[in-house]
Amino acid sequence: MDGASVAERSLLTLQQLEHLILVLHRRGYEVIGPLVRDGAIVYDVVDRLSDLPAGWTDEQEAGRYRLQRRNDGALFGYVVGPQSWKKYLHPGEVRLLAAERHGQTLRILNNETTPPRRAFLGVRACELAAIAVQDRVLLGDRYRDSVYASRREGIFIVAVNCTQAAPTCFCTSMGTGPRVRSGYDLALTELVGPDKHEFVVEAGSEAGAEVSRELARATAAEDVCQQADAAVERAASQIKRRMDTTNIRELLYSNFDHPRWDNVAQRCLTCANCTMVCPTCFCTTVEDVSDITGTHAQRWRKWDSCFTQNFSYIHGGSVRSSGKSRYRQWMTHKLASWIDQFGSSGCVGCGRCISWCPVGIDITEEVRAIRESTTSSKESGHGNS
Amino acid sequence: MEENKVATAANFDPMLPQPYSVLQVVKETADTFTLTLQARNGAGTAPFEPGQFSMLWVFGVGELPISISGDPSDLGRLVYTVRSVGEATNSLVNREVGEAIGVRGPFGTGWPIHQAEGRDVVVIAGGIGFAPLRPVIYEVLHNRKKYGRLVILYGARSPRELLYRKELAAWVRQNDTQVLVTVDYGGLSWRGHVGVVTTLFKYARLQPARSLAFTCGPEIMMRFAARELENLGFARENIYLSMERNMKCAVGFCGHCQYGPHFICKDGPVFSYDKMRPLLEKYEL
Repeated sequence: MDGASVAERSLLTLQQLEHLILVLHRRGYEVIGPLVRDGAIVYDVVDRLSDLPAGWTDEQEAGRYRLQRRNDGALFGYVVGPQSWKKYLHPGEVRLLAAERHGQTLRILNNETTPPRRAFLGVRACELAAIAVQDRVLLGDRYRDSVYASRREGIFIVAVNCTQAAPTCFCTSMGTGPRVRSGYDLALTELVGPDKHEFVVEAGSEAGAEVSRELARATAAEDVCQQADAAVERAASQIKRRMDTTNIRELLYSNFDHPRWDNVAQRCLTCANCTMVCPTCFCTTVEDVSDITGTHAQRWRKWDSCFTQNFSYIHGGSVRSSGKSRYRQWMTHKLASWIDQFGSSGCVGCGRCISWCPVGIDITEEVRAIRESTTSSKESGHGNS
Repeated sequence: MEENKVATAANFDPMLPQPYSVLQVVKETADTFTLTLQARNGAGTAPFEPGQFSMLWVFGVGELPISISGDPSDLGRLVYTVRSVGEATNSLVNREVGEAIGVRGPFGTGWPIHQAEGRDVVVIAGGIGFAPLRPVIYEVLHNRKKYGRLVILYGARSPRELLYRKELAAWVRQNDTQVLVTVDYGGLSWRGHVGVVTTLFKYARLQPARSLAFTCGPEIMMRFAARELENLGFARENIYLSMERNMKCAVGFCGHCQYGPHFICKDGPVFSYDKMRPLLEKYEL
């Protein structure tokens, strides 16, 4: 594997992985990782290794997500669930300020509660790419989002290379996975078999190397590293979903009036699920609340979605009143105008929007339908409505 | 009595309003008011460019993007002209003198007024769209020698809905200044022009090759005004429009104001017509 195998890799046993959580706790991190709840694998505080979803996997297809038992005890034998790390970095609800008013006096207080230092355990390659995308949006532009900045700074990332893929995955098309490339402190590759359960670990930062040194460690033997690489290769080869991103910006900009938008609008419920599960969607609204005395007020920022009618409301009505225009806005933003705005695609190929769409709309299929009906008149027929 | 964490470079939070006091509320028309605000705690007011806007927050009600309509050379105060059309705008214009309003900003990219130095300035306003153009007029009149002729074309629904009437009368008497006003419905006593603002072009003394045109008003009015200017010989890149979309943050985080690839809040609200023209034709963009 290019680059990745250059760094020295060590081997952790299951017990030593338990130790990793302890070391992170000792260093003052709140550890966030995967656990099973409400029939899904979600991210929350993990105290010990036994909190992790050992022996569980997820079965995904367009409009479908189910947990299944595995026949081994793999801890990271699932792909991605409905939540992403934006739950912690760009929270769904956050208080921007509190204020008090007494007569003509007004006191505006910043929210200075410092969020805990967090370590993320089990971050996939597509999710690292999504964090990099949100860094660019919320930190890398003219203004810095202080909410995101305070949560992002000092984060410790334990990434996990995918050793299996879901049918909804298309990270290979977006160039984001399944192997993690950068932006992590430690990266794990899980090797699980009838008589072994171990993790090849590599450090991606000085902080990662320090933590790695604290764990009892043995250098991973060449054949073990090869097994780890092969497992990631296997995941890559399992990925069958494709999105052709060639000139995708021009493709979508020049197909604003394509009949496919009417076609997808007949299926789309404008429920906003895709934007809620998307790890890069960043849109928010702000709501004011006040108490019954009228002396205390708060401003809250909440996730919002371009699929709602109110999203584009200006005096006189909503700019995007049709479902067609809202789906088109979401997809064109994600895949085309994002490139103009932030220099990369807004899509990382995680497939969440496909699994969690209640009617199984597949963004890769929508792109294909537009492309196939525009690139060549000879290929007319399927995909076009 | 009153305190507020003053934003410094290190902890600057663009989402945190600063408290201002209402100095004056002037009724312009039946539903439109001009508010003058002054920073509290003796804090200064950040300088603004003509065409920029602020986020005005009414305690417990909500926050609105409002263009600054005052004089950019008057550093002590901020002036806004607000049309009361809903709950938030209504509560904004119903503030009493001395009451507090939270202010964030100024934000956005204003009119490229300095590019107009040595050239004529053509201002085309429709309705409340006159507000963000008034700072342009102040700038030109304060620095008369820097600019060529000033042409003001202004349309309102009816004579009763004309903003800044005293100033309009005063601007007519300025050197090298042409002011033309039209209304959609004149009534019996109206002796001026009747019709949409583009009908004024035939009375305006325009030098398209050496002018910059700035327009703000309803989107359809701007579309027609820009098209007409182009027909008259204005280059697309010399025509500027001030766009409006839903806005929650003003700093590019909330996503609401996207217009094609642009964020109206930070890339605009002022854009050149050559950038806007392909987008203006798209329904529900």
